[in-house]
Amino acid sequence: MSLDARQSRTARFIKHSIIILLVTIWTLPTLGLLVSSVRDKDQLTSSGWWTALITNSQSEVFRLPVAADQIEVADGYEIRTQLFDQGAQNRVTSWGFRADDLTANAPDLEAQFNKNSTLLVAQDGTVVWHSSEKFTHKRGPRLFFGADYPPRFGLDNYREVLSSEGVGRAFINTLTVVLPATFVPILIAAFAAYALAWMDFKGRFFFLAMIIGLIVVPLQMSLIPVLKLFALIGSVLDVPSKSYVTVWLAHTGFGLPLAIYLLRNYMASLPKDIIESAYMDGATHFQIFVKMILPLSMPALASFAIFQFLWTWNDLLVAAVFLGQGEDKTVMTQQLIELLGSRGDNWEILTSGAFISIAIPVIVFLSMQKYFVRGLLAGSVKGG
Amino acid sequence: MLQQILFAFTAIFFAIGGTILFFVGSNLLIDKVFGDNGQSNEKQYRRDKLREQIRPWIFIGPALLFLTVFLIYPVLKSLQLSFWDREGESFVGLANYIWAFNNTGFITSIINNLMWLFFVPTMATIFGLTIAYLTDRIWWGQFARTLIFLPMAISFVGASIIWKFVYDFRGPDADQIGLVNAVIMLFGGEPKALISIQFWNNFFLMVILIWIQTGFAMVILGAAIRGVPEDTLEASMMEGASQTQIFFKIVVPQIWPTIVVVWTTITILVLKVFDIVYAMTNGQWGSQVLANLMYNEMFRNGNSGTASTVAVILMLAVMPIMIYNIRSARNSEQ
Repeated sequence: MSLDARQSRTARFIKHSIIILLVTIWTLPTLGLLVSSVRDKDQLTSSGWWTALITNSQSEVFRLPVAADQIEVADGYEIRTQLFDQGAQNRVTSWGFRADDLTANAPDLEAQFNKNSTLLVAQDGTVVWHSSEKFTHKRGPRLFFGADYPPRFGLDNYREVLSSEGVGRAFINTLTVVLPATFVPILIAAFAAYALAWMDFKGRFFFLAMIIGLIVVPLQMSLIPVLKLFALIGSVLDVPSKSYVTVWLAHTGFGLPLAIYLLRNYMASLPKDIIESAYMDGATHFQIFVKMILPLSMPALASFAIFQFLWTWNDLLVAAVFLGQGEDKTVMTQQLIELLGSRGDNWEILTSGAFISIAIPVIVFLSMQKYFVRGLLAGSVKGG
Repeated sequence: MLQQILFAFTAIFFAIGGTILFFVGSNLLIDKVFGDNGQSNEKQYRRDKLREQIRPWIFIGPALLFLTVFLIYPVLKSLQLSFWDREGESFVGLANYIWAFNNTGFITSIINNLMWLFFVPTMATIFGLTIAYLTDRIWWGQFARTLIFLPMAISFVGASIIWKFVYDFRGPDADQIGLVNAVIMLFGGEPKALISIQFWNNFFLMVILIWIQTGFAMVILGAAIRGVPEDTLEASMMEGASQTQIFFKIVVPQIWPTIVVVWTTITILVLKVFDIVYAMTNGQWGSQVLANLMYNEMFRNGNSGTASTVAVILMLAVMPIMIYNIRSARNSEQ
């Protein structure tokens, strides 16, 4: 605080303004997605999301029904129709029979259409076309009107994307990939990390160096050989070469270097005395690990668990290559890619689908930010 | 569906159970085999020693097995495949490498990757550093940092959809629903299909990764800034140094090692960038990158030779960082 207090008012004002500007730039894209996902899908495609709260005025054309829709009333014939969807709060502001004559008539007032028929457009969009003679036209004439569209929000987009676009199913598939892929590597990594931190054996440093090296190996190097290996194993054992089991194994393998490295750094920073004195007292490494190190390492385990959770949840490549596609397999990222291809202009589907996929990691991230940051710091700063 | 979730939980149960069983069982086993069986002290001492020589391998064994199968063997195998034909059946020497350097897609990818490598780590580091420094001592700093940090939780695919919406393009007569084109129109410009503008579209894609990675840079650099001794700052203030001077002459030199770490970490990530290009353009309009090219070679063209070649070149690009990391780890160990 002391530094801030000593700055001049102008300097502080500039500083806060820059931060506000940057935070706004960083937040707007996500905010736009969120706002759009709950907007009415027609409004979403016709006006920017930043106008979501404003009533839009638009000019529209409507084709009146054909003669077949007429009903007989006491003093002649009528065709009734409705300009808006049921339940819409839209309001007609003016109407006319020609495009350049949009403002000719006010709503709720009758106007002469031709010599024996009149037309009335109510503010709520009800149209009554009355004629003393029977209607005979085959093609309905056009009606031009201006209307106010108040903002409409709802969860319709979510309903649609969850049910008919397969995102609901993909959510379950993602969960099926993520849960084992997050928890299985932890224990394997923890044992290896302990050995590298506290046990004395030949080649200890070599293995540590190897793991540090493996952290940066591009995933692309592994795809083809592992895929071929799985295909071979699959054909020998007569099991599918792409399944949840293979994707779990792959995620475990790819997650291990960072996991071991993070946990080793953490365990190596634990006080040497307690481990050595326990060892002197006759405890085996196994006992020390289970009774002392594992409970003490919980923060580091949590850090890695969050990393691995976010990484597997957000992953596209590993799932695409080792799990493949299918109703009971396609994960959410893959489903979103498919929607981008097939429904690229249907922003109501894309925005709500994307929001569903980012909601869970964002919640996990926000609620466990402390551990995540701790893990980041341990993973990059110490190791250099 | 419920069945599937149950399946996942069963898998967790068995996998964790199996792992526990392995570790507990094998540790108990060696305790038993080499346990006290009434022999002379000297013999027992030797047995104890042997037991403790075996135990590390039990601890590290499963991890080594995974690392071998999923990383070490594949690296060697990919290296081999890069010298073999599309089916991996016969040796073709350097043919795949010659193909690569005569292939426009590959050359575009290399150029684009170099641009990514320069701009993304640099911009993310600069933004991260600026935000970390500015938010360090203000009352709503934590809140601002969380908002900047948030994109880190979002998948590359999710981020691509978010930004595709930002870049959305409608004809000049329509209302723009994409933020960028709306701003362009506000200032009287012509709306553009940003994603398909050759050359510049690379930068529009890079923005996405910068948007994600700035949070990372900010957190790491923020911690480093907080580590700069207060005395130094106080002293330089007394001397009458301005904010800008303090930042460039005191803070930046002090945290320089951390800046390097952040820069290299993002560099590695940039080399592997796949999802963003795959989702946004799939390499069209001159936006191809190596990771996406590799995917196309393998899964569209079915050529394991050229795909492996691209992977090996990616690996070569990472090598200097890998060696640097191992070296600095060795220095800190000793």
